[in-house]
Amino acid sequence: MSDDAQPVRARGLVKRYDDVLAVDHIDLNVHAGDVYGFLGPNGAGKTTTLRMALGLIMPSEGTVELFGRDPVRYGARALEGVAGFVEAPRFYPYLSARKNLELLAALDGDGASARIDEVLAVVELTPRAAHKVGGYSHGMRQRLGIAAALLRRPRLLILDEPATGLDPAGMRDMRELIRRLAEQGITVLLSSHQLPEVQELCDRVAIVDAGRVVYEGALADLRRQGGASYRLHTTDDARALHVARNHPGVEHAAEGEHGLVLHAHERDVGELSLALAREGIGVLALTPELATLEDLFFRLTEDAGADATTQAPGVPTGATPAAATATPATRAVEIA
Amino acid sequence: MSAAAGAAPAAPSAGARVRPRRPSVLTVYRWELRKLRSQKRTYLGFALIVLLPLIFVIVEHIHQRQHRGANSVFASEITRSGLATPVLMLTFLVLFMLPLVAALVAGDILANEDGNGTLKTILTRSVDRGQVFAAKALAAMTYAAAAAFLSAAVATVAGVASWGFHSLISLSGTTVSAPEALLLVFAANAVYLIPLLTVASIGVLLSTVTRNSAAAVVATIGAVILLDIVSAIPGLEGIRPYLLTQQFEAWQGLLRTPTDWTPIAHSAWLCALYALPALLAGYLVFLRRDVAGG
Repeated sequence: MSDDAQPVRARGLVKRYDDVLAVDHIDLNVHAGDVYGFLGPNGAGKTTTLRMALGLIMPSEGTVELFGRDPVRYGARALEGVAGFVEAPRFYPYLSARKNLELLAALDGDGASARIDEVLAVVELTPRAAHKVGGYSHGMRQRLGIAAALLRRPRLLILDEPATGLDPAGMRDMRELIRRLAEQGITVLLSSHQLPEVQELCDRVAIVDAGRVVYEGALADLRRQGGASYRLHTTDDARALHVARNHPGVEHAAEGEHGLVLHAHERDVGELSLALAREGIGVLALTPELATLEDLFFRLTEDAGADATTQAPGVPTGATPAAATATPATRAVEIA
Repeated sequence: MSAAAGAAPAAPSAGARVRPRRPSVLTVYRWELRKLRSQKRTYLGFALIVLLPLIFVIVEHIHQRQHRGANSVFASEITRSGLATPVLMLTFLVLFMLPLVAALVAGDILANEDGNGTLKTILTRSVDRGQVFAAKALAAMTYAAAAAFLSAAVATVAGVASWGFHSLISLSGTTVSAPEALLLVFAANAVYLIPLLTVASIGVLLSTVTRNSAAAVVATIGAVILLDIVSAIPGLEGIRPYLLTQQFEAWQGLLRTPTDWTPIAHSAWLCALYALPALLAGYLVFLRRDVAGG
């Protein structure tokens, strides 16, 4: 395992089930220290991709490497320094939480059994550690899944929907835990449906739809470049609205509660302000309002779904090589 | 899991990292046995195996029947020596009951984990698939062996308690002293393990391939029954020595004077021809299969 190798590097990853294409040439680049959001609608291929990363299923084409090691070639050695779970974490219901962790620690070796008390305390399951997992709630099992992952002292943590089924307090605690782990230098690959959670935690994201990556890059870049909104207040909003609607590059302009609302790229907004000045309209306020991840997610996935060869509005050109080269004939079919 | 909870175990720094010591097949095997010990199904199989000799001895003890003219020399010996009981039980249990008990665990051992999603849990630790497969196959065989010897032990204790620890008449009509007969009883069970472990191997293969516990258990027992039926079809006498079910009687060679090793040696190589391809096929399937359950 190279210390300098990327935690996750996938190239041209494909998974076919007979005629069904679940994952369609996915490239991923998770760098050390990233909290990397892996987003997509149900059936987009997220879990299938994570299963391939963990060596649970074999790619039909392409490779995925964890710290430079391909699980297909290296087997369990590829998972050194890697932990996590896909879908819900599963345990032996007839064993207690402690016994489950003892089993997993035995399968980890490397002194993992000495950390059982510590990880139980982290996820606050110590008082219930002697109880059989069969009687655990969903949230407790999720927490036990995190504990099982921490036993391995991972440098890369792969979590598939860790907050699913948790109550609001549980979600908050899970976010807090992930944040703390990231602060300790653990790289986190987080698949989630909780867009606010991803927005809050992640610095880089990949958005997949129908088996393909439609965006990969910094979340800040996506939000900054991807169809930002602006609030505009001028000395004459009615005329300014007319100018904005006829200005090339302004995708949408309308009256809002406090002035006008525009959707445009940053460069076009600059040109609009000059155009307004030429018309003798004074700009009193021009305030950018970054699009939320949720806005961008729906724009990317729904627009990409409508036409796989067309760049979604407001999405940076060149950020989506997979989407740019895809053809409708290779559209993936949903696989849970 | 509040913010107040202790910090998570720190990831090792790149500079401090040493190659972790990985667990052996023996470690995985020990945990497979611990899992078996924690499941009710394990004891259901053992209960079947224990109850039958007990019921047999109780019924025989009540009736105190003499078995004059019975087909088996051991059946006529039943009330003369307690050591005849485990031999007679072996005769009764070999074809169906012990293979059933072996199949209960062997057919379930991988399919159950696949269905419950725990296979992905253990395959994302520091053990290779080959280690997991080997440990599970060994655990299934250990269970089958434990069932056979438990049955022999219970039948011996119950028989001796009822009819005493006396000499036994061998299949050749010679008298075998009680201590030697006891040794032969357990040696016979050891020889019977050869085809029984073969059944377990087939069960492990079917468990791997079908990913369905019930299907694997039924298919394993179905295969044994099918081979037994085939062996009874007139005109197929030529293939009979090569059928797995015929090997269930190889242990009788030990109870002849002098010991007839021919059926035992035949059973050993023939069962290897069944078991080794089954295990190899199961191993290869398991190495490459997708683990998508759970």
